[in-house]
Amino acid sequence: MSPTLVVLTVGSLVGASCALVGSFLVLRKMALLGDAISHAVLPGIALAFLLTGGRAALPMVVGAGALGLVTVFLVELFNRSGRLAEDASIGVVFPALFSLGVILISRYASQVDLDLDCVLYGEIAYTPWDVWLVAGRSLGPKALWVNGAILLLDLALVTLFYKELKLSTFDPELAAALGFSPVLLHYLLMGAVSVTVVGAFESVGAILVVAMLVVPPATAYLLTERLGRMLALAVGIGVASAVVGYFVARALDASIAGAMAVVAGSMLAGALALSPSHGLVARALRHRRLGRWLTGRIVLLHLRSEGSPVSRDALRERLGWTRGRSRRLSGILHELETRGWVTRETEGLRVTAEGARAAEEHGGA
Amino acid sequence: MELTFTARNVLLGATLLGAVGGVLGSFALLRRQSLLGDALSHAALPGVCLAFLVTGSKDPLPLALGALGAGIAGSLTVLALVRWSRIKEDSAIGIVLSVFFGLGIVLLTHIQRLPGGNQTGLDKFLFGQAATLMERDLQVMAILGAAVMVLLGLFYKELKLITFDRAFAQSLGLPVRALEGLLTLLLVTVVVVGLQTVGVVLMVATLITPAAAARQWTDSLGWMLVLAGGVGAASGATGALASASVAHLPTGPVIVLVASAVLVVSLLAAPRRGLVRAWLRERGVEQRIRRENLLKDLYRTGEEARTDPYRLVPLPHLMGLRGQAFGALRATARRLERQGLLSSHDDTLSLTTEGFREAEAVVRKHRLWELYLTRRLELASDHVHRDAEAMEHALSDDDVARLEELLGHPETDPHGRPIPPAPRQPGGAPPSRGEATP
Repeated sequence: MSPTLVVLTVGSLVGASCALVGSFLVLRKMALLGDAISHAVLPGIALAFLLTGGRAALPMVVGAGALGLVTVFLVELFNRSGRLAEDASIGVVFPALFSLGVILISRYASQVDLDLDCVLYGEIAYTPWDVWLVAGRSLGPKALWVNGAILLLDLALVTLFYKELKLSTFDPELAAALGFSPVLLHYLLMGAVSVTVVGAFESVGAILVVAMLVVPPATAYLLTERLGRMLALAVGIGVASAVVGYFVARALDASIAGAMAVVAGSMLAGALALSPSHGLVARALRHRRLGRWLTGRIVLLHLRSEGSPVSRDALRERLGWTRGRSRRLSGILHELETRGWVTRETEGLRVTAEGARAAEEHGGA
Repeated sequence: MELTFTARNVLLGATLLGAVGGVLGSFALLRRQSLLGDALSHAALPGVCLAFLVTGSKDPLPLALGALGAGIAGSLTVLALVRWSRIKEDSAIGIVLSVFFGLGIVLLTHIQRLPGGNQTGLDKFLFGQAATLMERDLQVMAILGAAVMVLLGLFYKELKLITFDRAFAQSLGLPVRALEGLLTLLLVTVVVVGLQTVGVVLMVATLITPAAAARQWTDSLGWMLVLAGGVGAASGATGALASASVAHLPTGPVIVLVASAVLVVSLLAAPRRGLVRAWLRERGVEQRIRRENLLKDLYRTGEEARTDPYRLVPLPHLMGLRGQAFGALRATARRLERQGLLSSHDDTLSLTTEGFREAEAVVRKHRLWELYLTRRLELASDHVHRDAEAMEHALSDDDVARLEELLGHPETDPHGRPIPPAPRQPGGAPPSRGEATP
């Protein structure tokens, strides 16, 4: 496998698994808990590293997963005590754990290759050379195995508990009433987030994991109303961000992980502008169409109640319209004319029989 | 301890940052915007890099201005996402935080790979490197910090009002939006002050953790600001000194851990909001309820038997009444025995005269309350027992006296059982041992 292909595959695996669990974080309004977990796993990784003396994958995943659950537990503990709001609980817990991790690494592991910068923004470019050796034989890049396994795990979780996750996300009370344990599902999901974060940690680093967890799902959220479609879209966007990000980074000679985040952000901006249902452009067009429709009705109703032709200036004056609005008026009048609802006579505008009927149909009194 | 020049700079910088961070963080905490600071600190990174690319200098002032600009852009993006799309605030913060940071990393790595770019040392903004603080950095920090404090002082009353009662501030005609913008601007400025010392990741803790600790000790905003500033400054100073005296101990993380330790102590031990005290109080109430229930159960058993009020009651019988575990019941009984309220013989219990009097008081509260509910609130007599079970532990002696007055000194409850008379009244003396009640 060529190094480029390895990086692209690892990036895609990370993008896909993050998008999968991240979608539920976004829908449950827990995006920042994902942020907290992604930082707080650091001491878990550092401890696993110090205890085993190496970078074996399994201890790291276990250590980080445990710390992820500790984070969730502590945030809830503080929040439940009623002394701190949820956002404040998150804001005090993860920096403390992250600090612990940084101190552990810089005191005890500074000579070894657990690099602090790498913790923040990862070094996916090195993944092709970090191979998994079993009995002296290479089984290919370790990151491929780890992230592949994590993706399978996330897929299994989402398919096995799809119904439960869906219900508890959109209607937690009903889910609880039907006997699904919300606490169990919550911790299951958070466990999956922790494990996913660890896998992504080495490739994209603590902060850019957040980009992969939150941005593609938020983008998909702007594009659809259905959970299944949102998950598929989020995974697609995650993979696309990884692939495009890689080439952008190559072109700029810059961090691959950083470029992935930027590409994901641009896709979000694109969806925000252009989404057919929730996009700003679509919304502005809808708004405009509605405004024109309404103005047309008002003109028709007014002309009908007048009976005799009315000049444009008189119409503008009687309806109390400003100059800016009257400029739009000519377009609207033109549309009414082409539809045959209004005729232009020498004395002014007159409503046709058809126009009067149209005005009535759409709510004319 | 003899301080080197660098150590002195670090100490000054960390203390200054802790103080302003704590003060501004208090507002963020109270306004439930704790994590906005996190987004702002991450968002500042591309600003630092852009400023370097544009000016080509490492002078702290342009870098700080770049960070300020990017931080403002970040906060506006969060606002815009929430207002113009269906994306919720938590996702918006996560998006701004990670995408801006990603952009920062792209620029940073790009700069580092430029010829000669490796020496820029911009990466100190990631984790903060307090040891690299120069005289000039301190000057910029001091100027920005002072500006923040002056503005805060000038608009203190207004900012306090929008923090606690936004609607009221609006009704007074205050420019609420502008004031909120000012507060965010001040927050961004503090973030910029702290970036070089603690870095983007830990910045949020220098804002929130001291404020959260201070919140536990007081309900007054003024005191909270003072305490938060104090906790921040103290943890800053401790962090700086600790990292100066121990090798390989980074300043930022130590500052955060010291502040976190103060927070944990505050959460546990603060006089009114402290968890230890709340826990003790709760436990005390729980135990009192258990004791009162046991006394009452013994009384009722004797009453039902209509023979001997001091009758020996076997523990298993009492366990059945409330479904209590043997161990818990015996622990309660031991405590009552030590107080001289009951005596036990081989897993059977009986009230002492004093215990009988105590039990009477509880039963009295229970039955008066039942009567009150049926007579005054006109509840059916079979609906009042559960409520009385709770109220009997809560009514004070004064309440009971009034209740009795209100009900016209009744003698029986809605179920026709006698209401024990108040102590020290004629007929109020407990029956002597062995004497049968009618």
